[in-house]
Amino acid sequence: MSDSPSPLIPIPRGPLPAIPPPPERRLVRIAIDGQAVSVPEGATLLEAARGIGIDTPTLCYLENLTPVNVCRVCVVELEGSRTLVPACSRKVEPGMSIHTDSERVRLSRRLVLELLASSVDLSAAPAAQAYLERYAAHPERFGPAASTAAQPVKIDNSLYVRDYGKCILCYKCVEACGVDAQNTFAIAVAGRGFEAHISTEYGVPLPESACVYCGNCIGVCPTGALMFKSEFDMRQARVWDESSQTQTDTICPYCGVGCTLTVHAQDGRIVKVTSPLDQPVTNGHLCIKGRFGWQFVETITSDTSPPTPRVAP
Amino acid sequence: MDLRLGAEQPTEEERSAVDGEVGSGERHRLLPVLHALQSRIGWISPGAVNHVAARLMIPPAEVFGVASFYGMFSLEPRPARAAQVCDDIACLIQGAAPQHPHVGCLGLCDRWGQPPALHAGRLLYRVGKADPASLRDYIRHAGYKALAKALEMGPDSVIREVLASKLLGRGGAAFPAGKKWQAVRASASPTRYVVCNADESEPGTFKDRVVMEGDPFAVIESMTIAGFAIGAECGYLYVRGEYPLAAERLTHAIHEARAHGVLGGNILGRGLSFDIELRRGAGAYICGEETALFNSIEGYRGEPRNKPPYPTEAGLFGQPTLVNNVETLINVPGIVLDGGAAYAAIGTAYSTGTKLYCLSGHVARSGVYEAVFGATLRELIEMAGGVAGSGRLQAVLLGGAAGAFVSPQELDTPLTFEGTRAIGASLGSAVVMLFDDTVDLKKILLRIAAFFREESCGQCVPCRIGTVRQEELLDRGGQDAIPILREVGQAMRDASICGLGQTASSAIESALNRGLLHE
Ligand SMILES: Cc1cc2nc3c(=O)[nH]c(=O)nc-3n(C[C@H](O)[C@H](O)[C@H](O)COP(=O)(O)O)c2cc1C
Ligand code: SF4
Ligand code: SF4
Ligand code: SF4
Ligand code: FES
Ligand code: FES
Repeated sequence: MSDSPSPLIPIPRGPLPAIPPPPERRLVRIAIDGQAVSVPEGATLLEAARGIGIDTPTLCYLENLTPVNVCRVCVVELEGSRTLVPACSRKVEPGMSIHTDSERVRLSRRLVLELLASSVDLSAAPAAQAYLERYAAHPERFGPAASTAAQPVKIDNSLYVRDYGKCILCYKCVEACGVDAQNTFAIAVAGRGFEAHISTEYGVPLPESACVYCGNCIGVCPTGALMFKSEFDMRQARVWDESSQTQTDTICPYCGVGCTLTVHAQDGRIVKVTSPLDQPVTNGHLCIKGRFGWQFVETITSDTSPPTPRVAP
Repeated sequence: MDLRLGAEQPTEEERSAVDGEVGSGERHRLLPVLHALQSRIGWISPGAVNHVAARLMIPPAEVFGVASFYGMFSLEPRPARAAQVCDDIACLIQGAAPQHPHVGCLGLCDRWGQPPALHAGRLLYRVGKADPASLRDYIRHAGYKALAKALEMGPDSVIREVLASKLLGRGGAAFPAGKKWQAVRASASPTRYVVCNADESEPGTFKDRVVMEGDPFAVIESMTIAGFAIGAECGYLYVRGEYPLAAERLTHAIHEARAHGVLGGNILGRGLSFDIELRRGAGAYICGEETALFNSIEGYRGEPRNKPPYPTEAGLFGQPTLVNNVETLINVPGIVLDGGAAYAAIGTAYSTGTKLYCLSGHVARSGVYEAVFGATLRELIEMAGGVAGSGRLQAVLLGGAAGAFVSPQELDTPLTFEGTRAIGASLGSAVVMLFDDTVDLKKILLRIAAFFREESCGQCVPCRIGTVRQEELLDRGGQDAIPILREVGQAMRDASICGLGQTASSAIESALNRGLLHE
């Protein structure tokens, strides 16, 4: 017999190694609108401002995506800096002094909003609408001849539509389709300047592209440029009514990952599916099954009238 | 990565064009590959994009996104060779017909006076004297003396001399060169890069072209000294796509230098290793912006990055990078040979050394003029034979499209960084373009506005849409348009990501401020 312990006898374990405490994030002292604040190293100016209740407008920023800092609506004034700086991506540095509501800041924010509103259709972008009001923007002053991005809606599949006349080029969909979530890279920014736009290769229709219809681009789009076909059709028929809709969280029935789905329903019918951004499993992102695979719920009941509500009110 | 490609297949010719340039198969080969397709096939087809995507492992949508960024690439069939006729400002006033689409300044504005003038000092003394194709001739004209001396001195001493020289960057931002060198040298990362910015695309600028065509070895030697000083083994030379002759001469110079042991491994038998890769731009002014240039080399769209981090911390391929303009770099051999203090004694206390100016427009002898810092605008114009055209000067565009118009009353301004700043202008890329009193300045301003609209990368809102509105408002004219124009200008200056948007309103505002625009 060897001395080695029988594999069947449990080897007594020592105490569990203690989990090392997370490295302490040093605090950085900065001043925001004259108020001294301490924020963790590595935080952005946006986080610092939000931390003390200052509501900074953002359009291209989203918690679950890498900041691209392109819309410039979040700019703040940094003392000693020649230009304004984007709050969403600029990290705090000791001794910074920031102004979030100076004349310069308000002018740039207003202009950004006016430039956008004069060139794209923001009617399905409630956040942008609210900012336009807040900054007293007058996009019409550029005159009726101002060039716009108006163009026909792209309807090339039965799941979602692309209305780039509403696109503010925030890059969110590209990020969601790429390294930040889906890793499919079906779409990218093409062209340059005012001609820059979101496109597949040579603008081929989605069914010919690499798109897998995860709908994650729709989930992050802030302007309604990307829209569920169901929502688009209802809007066209003027029956889309967000105020009468319910939102119910449930778990996707398809696989073991168990993504949280938020089911949006109107008049007892599912109209679209999203996922909460702060959901640790999904970070707001889903796959084609969770996102679009709900039509079966409708078909079961489609012939029977009246339709049975499938979601709790 | 799992690529999904379209059904189109490449032709044999396309396949061979791509395969000949894929090299390591890494993404940064994308621009050379696209150049090969454009020059051999005449356009970049869907089949070719599929093949590029497969060989370089880049999604086809992104290959398309990059190809469609550059003016020199066509995504529909066209002849392999297409003539370009410049209709930018210096050519416009000589009667060039407006083109559709516009063709930006080709850096040949000095050709209106035949032959182009060259006024040489300590920087240009070899141009036109030494054979640009001969390394032997370069050495006969004091070439490679500075590199040999630098190797004797050691990297830290070289940087000390560059600091002592007070050399300021000539690419437009006037940043102290020595500080950049020092920062990269001090970085913790063992991989560093030298990038020579030879993208010269500012309308009215052609000084770097004259240097590269006339004295290519000086660029190579200067980059090698920089590489030695900061501890880099690899340099990129990014040459404007519209400068084929410069690219050809530099390529030849690189080969010669390698063959003679002054570039590559074991330089001058001293164990130093440094090599240079030449990259051609493809028709995008914005790629002269340093971080856009990095993205362009790396095979991405030439969109500027947000700063910080600055290139000295995280530049090309995310590594500490020294990026300098051609003219900045070719000052270094003289600094190494004469010492920083001697160099700093030339010019003024703040603006040291000599400067290359690009004179064009209504000037008697257009060309490149080298002058000691401190010469006045008037003296420079006199050097070039005075005002041509009607002989009555209306305005001078100083610093290029991103610069400012100055009035005839300001001709006694000393041409220094501080002197031009004092009158609300800047040296920029050292454009000095004269307009006589017959020129309709509004037309010139409209052409400048169109330039910025076309060259905006499109990334940020203030610039992408602001440059469009600026052109529209200028065109609309009238007193009510001016306040809106000014607000658009301020938002572009304050909120744009990069220098393009930040200076896109500069020339127009300078004309308004000086009452040069008559409405
Ligand atoms: C739109 C834009 C275009 C530029 N083009 C050039 C260029 O063609 N050549 C150049 O040297 N610098 C150019 N620059 C400046 C570079 O970003 C950078 O400051 C310069 O290359 C640094 O070199 P220096 O310190 O030697 O001047 C450009 C900047 C901007 C914003
Ligand atoms: S649906 Fe998914 S795969 Fe298709 S474009 Fe949108 S993010 Fe990309
Ligand atoms: S389609 Fe939507 S998400 Fe994509 S860039 Fe446009 S606005 Fe942003
Ligand atoms: S300022 Fe213009 S060129 Fe620069 S990043 Fe913004 S859009 Fe691009
Ligand atoms: S939210 Fe910061 S730039 Fe768009
Ligand atoms: S070459 Fe035409 S403006 Fe420079």
